[in-house]
Amino acid sequence: MSASWSILPKHLPRRAFGKIVLNEARLAWRLSVGLIFGVGLPVLLLVIFGEIPAFQKHKASLGGLTAFNVYVPILIAFVIAALALWSLPGPLVSYREQGILRRLSTTPVPPSWVLAAQVIVHLCLVVIALFILVVVGIAAFGIDAPKSPGGLLLAIVLSIAALFAIELSIAAVARTANGAAALGSATFLPLMFFAGLWVPRQLMPGALQGISNFTPLGASVEAVQDSMQGVFPPATALLVLAAYAMIFVLVAKCFFRWE
Amino acid sequence: MGVDPQLNREELHSLVGVQLQASALPAKLRVGEILDLYRSFYRDPAELEELIDALGLAEKLTDYYRSLSGGQKQRLSIALALIGKPKIAVLDEMTMGLDPQARRDTWELIEGVRDRGVTIVLVTHYMDEAERLCDRVALIDQGRIAAIGSPAALAERAGGGKRVLFVPSRPFEDRVLTALAEVRSVERRGQQVVVTGTGELVNAVILTLVAAGVVAKEVKLEEATLEDAFLRLTGRNLHDSEGDKE
Repeated sequence: MSASWSILPKHLPRRAFGKIVLNEARLAWRLSVGLIFGVGLPVLLLVIFGEIPAFQKHKASLGGLTAFNVYVPILIAFVIAALALWSLPGPLVSYREQGILRRLSTTPVPPSWVLAAQVIVHLCLVVIALFILVVVGIAAFGIDAPKSPGGLLLAIVLSIAALFAIELSIAAVARTANGAAALGSATFLPLMFFAGLWVPRQLMPGALQGISNFTPLGASVEAVQDSMQGVFPPATALLVLAAYAMIFVLVAKCFFRWE
Repeated sequence: MGVDPQLNREELHSLVGVQLQASALPAKLRVGEILDLYRSFYRDPAELEELIDALGLAEKLTDYYRSLSGGQKQRLSIALALIGKPKIAVLDEMTMGLDPQARRDTWELIEGVRDRGVTIVLVTHYMDEAERLCDRVALIDQGRIAAIGSPAALAERAGGGKRVLFVPSRPFEDRVLTALAEVRSVERRGQQVVVTGTGELVNAVILTLVAAGVVAKEVKLEEATLEDAFLRLTGRNLHDSEGDKE
């Protein structure tokens, strides 16, 4: 009984949640970390890669794909990871650190609404960034429309779930906003390495590629790449993503503190 | 109030407004946005204009929270505690960091809210604030209630009574004054004489001195204050404990 009260207060004005989401959106706009690194940078990289002539040549070493084709899934992973690991942890942890959650806990609104609002705002940013990536990619640089749209959607949803779960664990474990930012960046770099940002997965030595398959972003890139090139993503990649999502949601649940 | 805090936190929080001593708001929200946001949390919120005027926030509505001074943040915090039209408002160190003018304005606002029938629980270190605003005072010493009552009753209970201070025109003997019913004690601090007692102390002392041919110069009258009461009742300094007033 008491649990359901704290999640869905019956008598609260509904507009309260809308206002909270609106204000979190304003904050995301004004702080602009997410906009710059999560939306602007990947789109900029897409345009740069698209303008490099060498990136448009099909290469045997890349399994017959162009470098541009290879980088699109990596940039998709970049968007999700940057928004989850760079932009989200700051507000999540600083709200606890600065007593904003404690202040809210003295109002009829449960503090969990603010955290939910932040996750929603960041999900919207992911969707906007991915939409721009795909539209710019198809319209300006002639990426083929994904051959397995269902597979692509599933791969992206699971990637978001995995990365946001990892981020929530970071927010749960970190004591300060600075700590959370450091932990987020420290996670971002190796995950992006295995996604192939510096060396595409196709060019990685066998052992490294083996590891990459079992990292969240490695699995994500594999699944997205496959769906773009025409096959439904392999079950292993999808299961790896789902497993990360579930494990880290549990970790976040165990360690999260409101104060 | 017939609300189970365990079962129904939402209803409880719509009846009780709280201002916390140490709590921040998002740095990059504007004052107007914050007020609008918190207003949306309540079913029957207060009128914004009245609160904004009373707390002098009208010119700050478009400013970011982070650009506010300490006093302005404090006033915004008080506004948020009152925005839900609570039955009970808990204000923790509400005038800390306010300049004297803002402090007076805040007091007037609190008196206005109190007169509308809202119970105010005020936590403060400032004894003059408690004396002015509170109907009942609980002195809290190391987490325990050392005394409870109206400010006047507490001051009285502390045995402070009244004090008359003066410099005599010529020497006289203490027993001239200690013989009076109103006088409890006579104390000398250099040239100055300090007479403690109750009732019509000043009149009694001056008249008796005149009769004895002594003129009292530089006469000062001190009433026992809550501060005296605190010191007497706890036997300690103010810094390391808190007064909690209602």
